[in-house]
Amino acid sequence: MPSCGCNDYSRTQLLRRAAAEAGRGLPAIEPGMPMPAGTGLTRRSFVSRATGLALSVYGAASLGPKAFEEGIAAAAAQASSERVLVSIFLSGGADSLTMLAPTSAHPQYAAARPTLALPGGQGIPFAEDSSLRWHPSLAGLAELYGEGKVSVMPAIGYDDANQSHFTSRHYWEVGEVNPFGRWGWLGRYLDEHGVADNPLQGLALGWDLQPVLAARDVPVATVAEPDNYGFWTPGVWGTVQDKMLDAFGDLGDPPTSDVGLSQARSAVAATGRLRDQLAPFQGGYTTPAGVTYPAGDFATRLSALAAMLDGGLPLKVVAIESGGYDTHSNQAGSLPADLLEIGDSLRAFQRDLEARLLQDRVLVHVWSEFGRRPEENGSGTDHGAAGAGFVIGSQARGEMVGEFPGLATLDEDDNLRNSSDFRGVYCALLEQWLGVDAGPIIPNASSFARPALVA
Amino acid sequence: MKKKKHRRPARPAPVQPAPPPPQGPPSGVKLDSPIAIYSGGFGVREAERLLWRAGFGPSPGHAQVLASMGLHAAVAALTRPSGAPTLTGADPTDEDGNPIAPADFWGHDHLWFLDRMVRTDQPLVERMTLVWHDWFATSNDSVGQQQLMLDQNELFRRHALGSFDQLVHDVTQDPAMIVWLNLDQNSRWSPNENYARELMELFTLGADRGAYTEQDVRQLARALTGFEFDWSDELGMHNFRYVEASHDPDDKTVFGQTGAWTWEQGVAMCVRHPMHPSFFVQKLWSYFIPTPPTQADRQALEALYVSSGYQVRPVLEAILLHPDLHAGSRMVKPPVVLLAGLLRALQRSVDGEYWIWYSENAGQRLFYPPDVSGWDDSRWLDTSTVRGRFELVSRALSGRVLDGDAVDGYDTTETPEQAVAAARAWAGDPALTSETVALLTSFAADALAGAGGWQLSTYRGLRQNALRHLILASPDYQTS
Repeated sequence: MPSCGCNDYSRTQLLRRAAAEAGRGLPAIEPGMPMPAGTGLTRRSFVSRATGLALSVYGAASLGPKAFEEGIAAAAAQASSERVLVSIFLSGGADSLTMLAPTSAHPQYAAARPTLALPGGQGIPFAEDSSLRWHPSLAGLAELYGEGKVSVMPAIGYDDANQSHFTSRHYWEVGEVNPFGRWGWLGRYLDEHGVADNPLQGLALGWDLQPVLAARDVPVATVAEPDNYGFWTPGVWGTVQDKMLDAFGDLGDPPTSDVGLSQARSAVAATGRLRDQLAPFQGGYTTPAGVTYPAGDFATRLSALAAMLDGGLPLKVVAIESGGYDTHSNQAGSLPADLLEIGDSLRAFQRDLEARLLQDRVLVHVWSEFGRRPEENGSGTDHGAAGAGFVIGSQARGEMVGEFPGLATLDEDDNLRNSSDFRGVYCALLEQWLGVDAGPIIPNASSFARPALVA
Repeated sequence: MKKKKHRRPARPAPVQPAPPPPQGPPSGVKLDSPIAIYSGGFGVREAERLLWRAGFGPSPGHAQVLASMGLHAAVAALTRPSGAPTLTGADPTDEDGNPIAPADFWGHDHLWFLDRMVRTDQPLVERMTLVWHDWFATSNDSVGQQQLMLDQNELFRRHALGSFDQLVHDVTQDPAMIVWLNLDQNSRWSPNENYARELMELFTLGADRGAYTEQDVRQLARALTGFEFDWSDELGMHNFRYVEASHDPDDKTVFGQTGAWTWEQGVAMCVRHPMHPSFFVQKLWSYFIPTPPTQADRQALEALYVSSGYQVRPVLEAILLHPDLHAGSRMVKPPVVLLAGLLRALQRSVDGEYWIWYSENAGQRLFYPPDVSGWDDSRWLDTSTVRGRFELVSRALSGRVLDGDAVDGYDTTETPEQAVAAARAWAGDPALTSETVALLTSFAADALAGAGGWQLSTYRGLRQNALRHLILASPDYQTS
């Protein structure tokens, strides 16, 4: 960890200045908290008329909607064979020792988890290591694993793990152990191999840009609730209303050097454009017969993703966040339900892709910023180091990456030691799945061992 | 995020009396500051910005009152209120006119705090309460007992302008915080380091600055052991207390100092850490001014903070007097600040639960910050929340728009310029840029293009409603 004590504010000021120069306002961050990748990118809304999708486009400030439209069309022409990587972030630090619970072969487990240990006899056998079991709530994932469609990383992380949520997720997002990183690792992939005019190439499903996608040079986008975008104008109707709503968007147009006003104007202009263009997208999605997703935003987003891929949209990398894993307390009460939702949703997504014959084009990578400490704290667990990760898909190799290091020897903070490094997995995903050289994307790429992840 | 529509037929909205303007020491007072003091003209526009940054915008006439006081007295009126705050006008209600039940009904906590912002005569006290709510961000999402959240809010209010040292001390034994960051589960037998970590990372020192180590987190957690509470079906969580027998009495080494540290000593060590003042000054500054202080200004404020004994008010006064606030960049208003200001400007009361949904759609539900790091001030505005803000204005205008004969019999001679001037006056003459005025005037002309016959009056009435709405939803009004 670099010590910033000599010049506490240089980084903050640098980043604030960079943000200001981009004309995009001044992000408020705490001293020392890593600036999320992508902070300060321009954000504009745009609806692809061809696809009917409402997008918030990040970056590529010099391009307009017409260029994006052409870019999407050009990319869509060759999209049907392109491979897609989906990054799923379980935020909060998911407890790997619940997801893949040690058996009595690891006697330290029951000792460390007097109230939280999965009782002996429960759980679903884990074929590659009989000393581990899938938690019953992950039956959906275990089913895919049984079909050879899940590569499991039972202890993934990095050395000298940082136990701050904000710092550790930042490392995973930027693909290096560097609090100064500004761009997401998938954003850097797009900077190297994406195109200048297709914002769908990097798509976050949700309300906010996922920092893993933050790209320096090329546009990426978010989509959320495109079918609910009306404007209520009490006391105004008819042509005056139409003109009023047009005028509202126009209020965002004038350029200004004032950072606060610039932020507000850009957002208002984007809102005006989006309103104009949303009309085609009111229908929702159809899911194939026999495929049932559980309730919840996470499943809804995956089902939308499958439909978008089926619709030929030119997606390359997709990011989704699902939270609630910071289980300092009442872990037994909340974690199983969250795991059930994730496992069932991922199984439904795989079945959906199979029904649409898209299963060989999509690989899903599931990660969390850290695992949790083996020793429970009473009713929960504190921040740990190595955690579990998964690569899922019909083209996943289905072979465990790194062994479970056991609980007999922990790291200096009494946390699980890692047996695989997240940067090595990133390199492998880039090289084996996306077919590109990891060197320009992951710093010091040559120093990381590549696990075999793809069939 | 839930999206709910709540649109009732408009009924006339009663006019709430404006609270008295902030009252402080007599004019002529001179405040001290170790950093630059704004020396330009302090008129209505400057007073308007000050009221937005350090409160919730002007009620009708307040900007004029503050402008007449001059800069020092205006700042002192905000930072040195005398006596207990008073709330003017009708108490908050639900749609049916029933009193709210902040501790018991879902969402009434939000209405309660919002109402205080709207009706207080001490706006900076409420604004600082909001700042502390963000700084020590606690969510009822996991606390699950509104009374505890309200009690915490009152704690923030008591310490609004006082000692940060005492604030952190009291927050540490605050029941909502104890539940939120699991201090009750931090015992000598099974330490839970959640609070110890966030106390250092988010509340006092900042991560990755070299201020503390993982070892410090664990050792401080041990110093913070001993908090407990009881639970019963009848009372929920209650009887929060410190239990000596649950406290780890052994030596702990925190920041290189070894001793049998108590929880109070542990908290005090964080505030006395040499890297705390820089964290405090930078973070407090960022709530009021969007550009960072110079290194010299920051260091001067750090020295002031330490020499004052970790007092908030002196640092805050220096920030509120600084030229960067009065002559610098505009700043995006947080959603609830915008809403409270709209209600103040339009003299409306908090008269329905609908404000809960509207606030949430604009991006800020009080008592439910997104996580322990609070709301992200760099991301208030996007295409979802701008629409949410537009609809805040829609709802605030509902019941106040021209309709019936007022529309159909509207003055057919009104020019576009006159229409814009009338709407600005109606909205309380908020600061608008010349570009916005030009665009509004252009819309006002365009709105009548091709109109004839009955439309000449009716469309002018609709146009007036539209202009009022556009002014309050404009980018200018989203910032101060």
